[in-house]
Amino acid sequence: MSNLFNSMIEWIDKRFPLTSNWKAHLSEYYAPKNFNFWYFFGSLALLVLVNQLLTGIFLTMNYKPDASQAFASVEYIMRDVEYGWLIRYMHSTGASMFFVVVYLHMFRGMMYGSYRKPRELLWIIGMAIFFVLMSLAFTGYILPWGQMSYWGAQVIVSMFGAIPVIGDTLQQWLLGDFTLSDAALNRFFAYHVVTLPLILLVLVFVHILALHETGSNNPDGIEIKDNKNPQTGIPVDGIPFHPYYTVKDIVGVVVFLFVFCGIIFFAPEMGGYFLEYNNFIPANTLQTPDHIAPVWYFTPYYSMLRAVTVNFLGIDAKLWGVILMAGSVVIFCFLPWLDRSPVKSIRYKGPLFKTALALFVVSFFVLGWLGTKSPTPMYTLLAQIFTVIYFAFFILMPWYSKIDKTKPEPKRLKE
Amino acid sequence: MKKITIAILILCMAPFSIFAAESGMALERAPVDITDNASLKRGAESFVNYCLTCHGASYMRYNRHRDIGYTNEEILDKLVFTGQKVGDLMESAMRKKEAEEWFGVVPPDLSVIARSRGADWLYTYLKAFYRDDSTATGWNNLVFDRAAMPHVLYQLQGEQKLVVKKTDKGEEKSLSLEKPGELSSSDYDKFVADLVNYLVYLGEPHANARKKLGIEVMIFLLGMLILSYALKKEYWKDIH
Repeated sequence: MSNLFNSMIEWIDKRFPLTSNWKAHLSEYYAPKNFNFWYFFGSLALLVLVNQLLTGIFLTMNYKPDASQAFASVEYIMRDVEYGWLIRYMHSTGASMFFVVVYLHMFRGMMYGSYRKPRELLWIIGMAIFFVLMSLAFTGYILPWGQMSYWGAQVIVSMFGAIPVIGDTLQQWLLGDFTLSDAALNRFFAYHVVTLPLILLVLVFVHILALHETGSNNPDGIEIKDNKNPQTGIPVDGIPFHPYYTVKDIVGVVVFLFVFCGIIFFAPEMGGYFLEYNNFIPANTLQTPDHIAPVWYFTPYYSMLRAVTVNFLGIDAKLWGVILMAGSVVIFCFLPWLDRSPVKSIRYKGPLFKTALALFVVSFFVLGWLGTKSPTPMYTLLAQIFTVIYFAFFILMPWYSKIDKTKPEPKRLKE
Repeated sequence: MKKITIAILILCMAPFSIFAAESGMALERAPVDITDNASLKRGAESFVNYCLTCHGASYMRYNRHRDIGYTNEEILDKLVFTGQKVGDLMESAMRKKEAEEWFGVVPPDLSVIARSRGADWLYTYLKAFYRDDSTATGWNNLVFDRAAMPHVLYQLQGEQKLVVKKTDKGEEKSLSLEKPGELSSSDYDKFVADLVNYLVYLGEPHANARKKLGIEVMIFLLGMLILSYALKKEYWKDIH
């Protein structure tokens, strides 16, 4: 039996690099041995991706991308399709949990300096994944064609209209109509189920390739490849990804599934944050809701969009909002060059960086919270203050990371 | 670091409630129990008698009500009045165009109304109608000012009057029963409670199945956790 198996593998290896790839990416891919809690979220993002792809396929079997039928077809899935409710909740919860794990994954990178040399490109590919993920979330949220789908999309689409000169034409070109309508629903459906998932899969593949080229960073932020066993050439502090991290990640997956399934089965609306209450009202093109709030993962950016209330430097306030919103995401790409600290990990960074990161996290949450509220003068002022703090984290980084009092990095991994 | 982790997890997971209260009036808590089939049946029968004439529940099929203990024959007997088949959708008998002429708006479909409005809002709303001669219908509502819907249940509840008390903090609005209806105040509350309970069921008919399956999944995951943790421990004992 094992002979048959071996000769089969041999047959394949002559025609396809099976064993060599298995070794390069799993059984002989050496990862630092000190991965902590924060290192679960990469593999969890992959898990959620697979969940979204699989449940998405089943949803398309019954969903109708037609402005007059979309809302009803979602309710048809919820009521009449066998286990349709489960598939739909897995997909809707998966969308939010995708952002939870990706935000935590990014935060991990920020804490341990995973974006620093030699992983700049890895970080930028990751950011590209984040942009695609945001587009996927946006195009997906339109599909149920509820009030929040419609009016939320209206807000986002009108941002393109704020671009000078070409804005209106660009907006019409994107929508295929003068307003958000059936034509737009159809094309956003196409983007959501074909274009964007394909791009996402390619980018995720490239992200992992780049990771396996540089090797993983770790909570100490030192390169395990600098310290190899002279005989074997294997990093002294490295352990094979498989089986060590595969069995560890399975534990992470099960713990994650407790949370994930807990939401799916016991709180699928998540108090109106994962499925907004107003989205259970079919889209009405004639009735603007009193209060338009995006889904929670977009609320920090939404706050920044609304934060600018005056025209300045000859630029319209609305366009400033759009510039800030786009800038707030794009600026992450520059992190590798903004950070001038001699050390990578927060463990060896000084109080300035720690304070800056803490302030950044606070501003992210406050902006997120403000994005769910109707604007009042007080809230707008708060949004302005925290937008400044958000950007200051990045813009002042070359200065505070350089003068910060750091601790010396160890030669070997701790623990 | 541990503290940051915990704080972030709490912030991510906390199920805040963000139902927006439209008016200043505090909402009463609706006694919802979608496992109570007797209440759901009473609610379903009230629903088809009082609501379905104008409102549709057009994402719901009649025969779905087998889930709450009806047989097909009982459904046809007690819920279907318009000659529809048992597998048909619960559509309103009223034509949309006429509805618009009569009420100014097409009465909204009620299939998922409990998911957009919330049970407490519906419960309070159905109890908060009062006489108001300044409106087109002669009725107004404390939680939904100038609602297009007249007080369909006034024969049961009776007629309420608005009482405005001036206090230091401004106006305090409350309702008092002027003419009693067929039901006593507490019986009317029960009637509305059953109806709202049914609307909650109608919003998500599989909610009970969802929770039941959820418990099974959690038990399975617990087993998985023990096994996967033991596996991890076994492999990792030679590291460090």
